[in-house]
Amino acid sequence: MAKLNVNGKVRDYQADEGTPLLWVLREQLGLTGTKYGCGIAQCGTCTVLIDGVPIRSCVRTAASLKPTEKITTIEGLSPDGSHPVQKAWVALDVPQCGFCQTGMIMAATALLNTKPNPTDKDIDETMTNICRCGTYNRVRAAIKSVAAGGALKKADANDIIHVTRSAT
Amino acid sequence: MNTIASPKVSRRRFLQGSAATAGSLVVGFHVPFLKPAEAAEGSAAPEVNAWVVVKPDDTVVVRIARSEMGQGTLTGLAQLVAEELECDWAKVSTEYPTPGQSVERKRPWGRFSTGGSQGIRGSHDYVRKGGATARMMLVQAAADEWKVPAGECTAANSVITHAASKRTTTFGKVASAAAKLTPPTDVKLKDPKDWKIAGKRLARLDTIDKTTGKQIYGMDLTMPGMLNAAIKDCPVFGGKVKSVDEAAVLKRPGVKKVVRVGNSAVAVVADTWWRAKTALDALKIEWDEGPHAKASSASIAESLNAGLVARDAVVGNQVGNVAPAIAAAAKVIEATYSYPYQNHACMETMNATAKWTPERCEVWTPTQNGESALAATSEAAGLPLTKCEVYKIHLGGGFGRRGMTDWIRQAVAIAKEMPGTPIKLIWSREEDMAQGRYHPITRCKLTAGLDAAGDVTGLAMRISGQSILASVAPQNIKDGKDPLAFQGLNAAGPESSIGYTFPALMIDHAMRNPHVPAGFWRGVNLNQNTIYLECFIDELAHAAGKDPLAFRQKLMGNHPRHLAVLNAVAERAGWSKPAAPGVFRGLAQAMGFGSYVAACAEVSVNAAGELKIHRIVAATDSGHAVNPQQIEAQVEGSFAYGLSAALYGECTVKDGRILQSNFHDYPALRMADMPTVETVIMPSGGFWGGVGEPTIAVAAPAVLNAIFAATGKRIRDLPLKNHSLKKA
Repeated sequence: MAKLNVNGKVRDYQADEGTPLLWVLREQLGLTGTKYGCGIAQCGTCTVLIDGVPIRSCVRTAASLKPTEKITTIEGLSPDGSHPVQKAWVALDVPQCGFCQTGMIMAATALLNTKPNPTDKDIDETMTNICRCGTYNRVRAAIKSVAAGGALKKADANDIIHVTRSAT
Repeated sequence: MNTIASPKVSRRRFLQGSAATAGSLVVGFHVPFLKPAEAAEGSAAPEVNAWVVVKPDDTVVVRIARSEMGQGTLTGLAQLVAEELECDWAKVSTEYPTPGQSVERKRPWGRFSTGGSQGIRGSHDYVRKGGATARMMLVQAAADEWKVPAGECTAANSVITHAASKRTTTFGKVASAAAKLTPPTDVKLKDPKDWKIAGKRLARLDTIDKTTGKQIYGMDLTMPGMLNAAIKDCPVFGGKVKSVDEAAVLKRPGVKKVVRVGNSAVAVVADTWWRAKTALDALKIEWDEGPHAKASSASIAESLNAGLVARDAVVGNQVGNVAPAIAAAAKVIEATYSYPYQNHACMETMNATAKWTPERCEVWTPTQNGESALAATSEAAGLPLTKCEVYKIHLGGGFGRRGMTDWIRQAVAIAKEMPGTPIKLIWSREEDMAQGRYHPITRCKLTAGLDAAGDVTGLAMRISGQSILASVAPQNIKDGKDPLAFQGLNAAGPESSIGYTFPALMIDHAMRNPHVPAGFWRGVNLNQNTIYLECFIDELAHAAGKDPLAFRQKLMGNHPRHLAVLNAVAERAGWSKPAAPGVFRGLAQAMGFGSYVAACAEVSVNAAGELKIHRIVAATDSGHAVNPQQIEAQVEGSFAYGLSAALYGECTVKDGRILQSNFHDYPALRMADMPTVETVIMPSGGFWGGVGEPTIAVAAPAVLNAIFAATGKRIRDLPLKNHSLKKA
């Protein structure tokens, strides 16, 4: 059995040689928050972190990873959606269809870990994920709000009305 | 429990079947987004009417027939129901009824089709009435219990009050009694000026799961015993499979079957999708490429060019006699524009999970049209509608592509070859690029006369090219006319009318349909028609030596709503004052999908010819604005989609097939290209317009006109990546 260290746990998996990490996560480990978008490292929707560094899991074979290398997927970012990046995403109502957003959040998390106060240029150069719905401006605003310690400028927040939901 | 139309369907069965989530219980597989409490409560929760379920704890489930694909319609429609229901917004959640339930109950939710920016504007009346009817029944039930006239009771925030006797109760307490009442027929709706939930900048209902990975898309589904399929259809449209060397891949690990799908496609079924996909890549397929194997972008262009000068064309809009009006002009301006094929490129590729037995066929899929998905399932399954069901799964983008059913038919055909086994078919990105239903290809020749004062004497627009309806619904073409070809160019009307009055006008269409299948692509024909008209108007303004805003304004006196949005962007952008040094502006306006939109783009082009789009100011008059913060999101998204098309979007044809295969050769706009967008929402009331699509149309022409201002270069064919903007 091959092993991967995913979200703090060493997990066994079985896959053919050459199987990308993406498909091991999705089909062997049941972690479907990481998405398939292109398979050629173009769109970034499959972004996960390895020891904090963002990689495109569609072109990285699972077999190339040692159990000592720590993989973080969207499911492991926080137990309850409370990571500052996730909170900023909710505060600004960033996602539209949402399909690319888990990859966006992972890429933004890595950026903020290395550059807590990224410039627009940093954001442009790092956030190369494709979003066809066009959430880019809210993604940028959310990253800046995390950099500001979660504070939202009124213009960034767009005065979105949040209601604490009691519905199930 | 008086609302079941069909005696064959028990209430319990309906509730089990309600929502894609609960529907999954029927076949007994685990779907992680169904919370157990909800399932347990489900059978006890009274349905007040088809739209509203109220649970004993006062939580409200609003049923939404239209599909959510990012455009926010799920939240907007729920706002409209909740507004009339007078319920506590914090207690609202939503679910999708299934198309099968719609058939059984005689379509209580109306159309499921989610396209043409119709989600809200096409259903606001009956959706609001659904909420109002449920409120009246709840109030009546409370009044009956208290033995007072219902007219003396009021409802607010899920609480019913009889002021005279100081009694109150909640929706949850009277829901069971309400459900037994006969629905009222005289239902009055609120004046939008009294809205408390609709019209507000509320957060979406579906955000949190999209930030944690819990949101399930069609591609993520899993069920016991499920197998995965990858497919390859003949890359040349109209071609067929000649032969397949199945034996070579059947030995590969995990591969279960090679299936011929129709006469043009081959699928490999395996235990995992990665194994199915890699086996398919290794499979040797010989194609009979059919009659279009020699078609190319050049041969298609030749056909369209012939259409530009053809004698026969179908008239879409005519005023007076344009030929003499132009012939008598002091100056004649002529230009030809063109617009390429483009792929929708939804982030989630096409996919569907199907399970077929001789008795029943079920499909789980992201679809923009649950009803046509059910019809396609029935046809492909060879089973009547009543023995089929479609469960809509959240869409990873739609943009028109998911209004089709081609991948659903494929999934059912594969599942039919393996009875009882759920088959999840996922298209690779390469398949998605090769088997699109593309933005139609068209060209347009524009000719106009200017008199000595620089005023337009007449305008002729000949559109040549592909009809979407000819591809997707040829039965809707009457007397050779595709009415949708004239989107944004029609004479007066509530849907898509031209914003100018010319002394003489002729707009006609010479239909030329290449073999590449066309489809509805977000913005549809408004996209290219607006580029043609708005860039050419800009050309005329410059030829007349006039300011592009003033030149337009003079032609727009009879079109106050078109003019109002244009004036709004000009004012907000500061048109009357110069832009920052090196920055140049361009304007565009349009009316489509029932709404009026305009944009002012600010761009710069450096010495190396590199374009920077700094800022877009946009205005939208959609009549009513149900959720302004989501309208802003749609307007911003429309610029991303429209500018992606303008900068990069092009599918070319060689040897009968599409050449582009993935995002490396079909690039999409990314963060670094995205301008800031300032949105002016200016609902003027009295009508309901769409917001998901109209703004796309003004993105490209506003930028193209700004590029002309910056460089003197008039780009007349897209995408921009094919042009150098370097000053000569």
